[in-house]
Amino acid sequence: MTASLEPANSISFAIVGTGGAGAITAGSMLIEAAGKAGYYGLLTRSVGPQIRGGEAAALVRLSTKPAACMSKEFDILVAIDWKNADRFIGAMPVAEGGLVICGPAAGDPPRAIRETDCTIIECPIGELAKSVPGGRENMISAGLVAELIGMPLEEIRNVVSGKLASKGEKAVEASHGCLEIGAQTAAGFDHTCRLAAPEEGSNKRWLITGNEAVGLGALRGGVRFAAAYPITPATEVLEYLSPALASVGGALVQAEDELASINMIIGASFGGRPSITATSGPGLSLMMESLGLAAASETPIVVVDVMRVGPSTGVATKSEQSDLNIAVYGFHGDAPHVVVAPLSVSDCLFTGQWAVHMAETLQTPVIVLSDQSIGQARVLIDRPADITFMTRRKPFDADGEAYQRYAITADGVSPMSTPGQAGGQYTADGLTHTERGSPSSARSDQKEQLDKRHDKIARFNFGNHWGITEGDSARATVILTWGSLTGAAREAIDALQDEDIPVRLVSLRQISPFPEEPLKAALAGTKRLLVVEQSYSAQFYRHVRSYIDLPFEVRQLNREGPYEIGPDEIVTKIREWNDQ
Amino acid sequence: MNVPNLKASNFKSDITPIWCPGCGDFHVLMSITKALAKLRRPPEDIAVVSGIGCSSRIPAYTNCYGFHGVHGRSLAVAAGLKVARPDLTVMAMSGDGDGFSIGGNHFLHARRRNVDMTYIVMDNRVYGMTKGQPSPTTESDWDSALSPGGTGLRAFHPLVIALASGANFVAREFSGNIKACTQTIVEAVNHPGFSFVEILSPCVTFRPDEKEWKNQVHEASVAETDDPARAARRIMTDDGMNTGILYRGPRKPYSASVSDEVGDVSALEQFFEI
Repeated sequence: MTASLEPANSISFAIVGTGGAGAITAGSMLIEAAGKAGYYGLLTRSVGPQIRGGEAAALVRLSTKPAACMSKEFDILVAIDWKNADRFIGAMPVAEGGLVICGPAAGDPPRAIRETDCTIIECPIGELAKSVPGGRENMISAGLVAELIGMPLEEIRNVVSGKLASKGEKAVEASHGCLEIGAQTAAGFDHTCRLAAPEEGSNKRWLITGNEAVGLGALRGGVRFAAAYPITPATEVLEYLSPALASVGGALVQAEDELASINMIIGASFGGRPSITATSGPGLSLMMESLGLAAASETPIVVVDVMRVGPSTGVATKSEQSDLNIAVYGFHGDAPHVVVAPLSVSDCLFTGQWAVHMAETLQTPVIVLSDQSIGQARVLIDRPADITFMTRRKPFDADGEAYQRYAITADGVSPMSTPGQAGGQYTADGLTHTERGSPSSARSDQKEQLDKRHDKIARFNFGNHWGITEGDSARATVILTWGSLTGAAREAIDALQDEDIPVRLVSLRQISPFPEEPLKAALAGTKRLLVVEQSYSAQFYRHVRSYIDLPFEVRQLNREGPYEIGPDEIVTKIREWNDQ
Repeated sequence: MNVPNLKASNFKSDITPIWCPGCGDFHVLMSITKALAKLRRPPEDIAVVSGIGCSSRIPAYTNCYGFHGVHGRSLAVAAGLKVARPDLTVMAMSGDGDGFSIGGNHFLHARRRNVDMTYIVMDNRVYGMTKGQPSPTTESDWDSALSPGGTGLRAFHPLVIALASGANFVAREFSGNIKACTQTIVEAVNHPGFSFVEILSPCVTFRPDEKEWKNQVHEASVAETDDPARAARRIMTDDGMNTGILYRGPRKPYSASVSDEVGDVSALEQFFEI
């Protein structure tokens, strides 16, 4: 049997079981314990379409540095059972030299595992659980993993005590017993896979998903109303917001469909309350007409699209970056608006808040393109910084003049009255209108109002939030990406650095209006450019090219979901290029 | 805030309505402004929301806050507005196409939800703005260019559907009877929860036969009820020309609402701290 000698800075493990076996609970408890011990980490779930009886796996990566994406290989795989595991084991290989722990009763491991050069240890997980009254296999598994990676059992015992407190002392005792037995059992294996000690002086950690973070960011931005229609993988945004809004004097209404949810937030925003909804591709498609209404009537709203594999129903539980086109170009008519994309789970908080700021300031719809890979990942992050935008709608002040809701102004933004304000009455309209808001089919009104809506966005100061650049500007090889793939690109660049291949990172948070000048400046000095995106038809590359030339050697790494582009693929692509 | 001595003219804008001469919607607009005057709330505290179609032009013809949205979604806009601003009086306006066809799903769920607002549908049994196509309330044999010889489809019964899906106030009026319309709108607004008023409003251009409505409508001979089953039986067996308040129910309005309280968002962060 093999044993790792050096403690690793990053370890990945998977706990696999049938839905309902508690694999995901075990993974959640382990990541929380790791956070308390000062580590970073990330948890994703792989679940089948059935809620119970299908496959369920907790995939966890723990590390000494912030972890932005899941590993493609697992150091440890604990199988409570192998039922249905075939369906996803192909996408979840065990590393060479890795460890697989499975019960003899569970039957033979899948062929992909048997053919990997890894250590397979038979361990009677079920029997061990039965030896403790009320014991469960998932807690045995958690004990096994904790011991193998060298996590103090005390940390996970405390998490279990907290999580199961409501279930009574017996449940806590049973779980503690299982953790002990799991740990003792693993201590007897001739295999360890130690995680290096966390860095000293670690900051306070948060454990949060991208879907929660975007919701919290929106609340920080001042959102007080949401309307919701459930859709995978965006539902958690809405489930987070429902009680959170109520706790700050806001409300969430569950709508009958996405047509209703978008129009409800338009109504609430017209009433003066910053408003939001969240959806995924199919819902965004339904919302397009009313997004145009928000643009034309200049009603501030935020729509979060947690992208999934499309088109149509696609793969609801997996990620893709293929809604860029509809978000930017899906409106009928000419409807300037804003599209932004969070760069990580942590950045969902900032981007959510920034989106509200821009919607309110510019009186326009803002679409946030998150995706499943960050929306549903639960990640240990440093507590995000507090950010304050001076967010407010340009107010209407009754001054005796006849109010013109859509008045032409220097910055293109018109004062917006709120129902209840005397003298501020107007009819918000999706019809082409005059400055006052009266319906009009005059050529001059169409032109003036289009100009105004264009100018208010074109003249807005997006500050330095358009994106990020990382790495010495002398590096001539650049990875250009956007949104959630930023983390994978960053890890690839770190790995390439170890091979003395210097690469820079440029990643866009601002998708529309296109940050032409900042991006041109960021790409100065580039000789080789690799454009990385999770889209079959390279929507991002085409979007970039429609605004700027890329007078470099350009290669693309673009592909459809559901298999996420990881650091390994990016490294391979750059390495090959470097060798040529 | 109640304000004394408001007149219907205080609720009219200076925009001249674009409707065909003789359109019933002129009368509906008059009834609405008269009702608003009787309600004694200033125009800035009233919001009038609509979708698309002839009837949906109404918001701009009032001096209230108005929202003229997309086709079929007036109820969603109005519900969001009322939940966000419970202090406002919110009214939604539709026609039979906007309200019962493209907006049909919202028609059901707005009643279930029972947000405190008033929904006025001007039913002329035709798409007027697009020049004469059959709507869900059009008779099955009504001939048109789009559906020669008629649709062959059974006409939709909005009041029965309204009762079945939980409307808290159901009435039918005729546009030409301004006094009754005005009074029913006042009652509808004052009744808590979702109030639905269908106003038979003739389209004299594409349905000249509807000019006869003024001779056909008659006040309901039976008193209103709080029993939806009874109300439904009555409305299903009448000739479709009965007017008056049919049903007034006791359901509690939708409760969630947004307040002006500035909540402490930082308290929410504890949830993520480990």
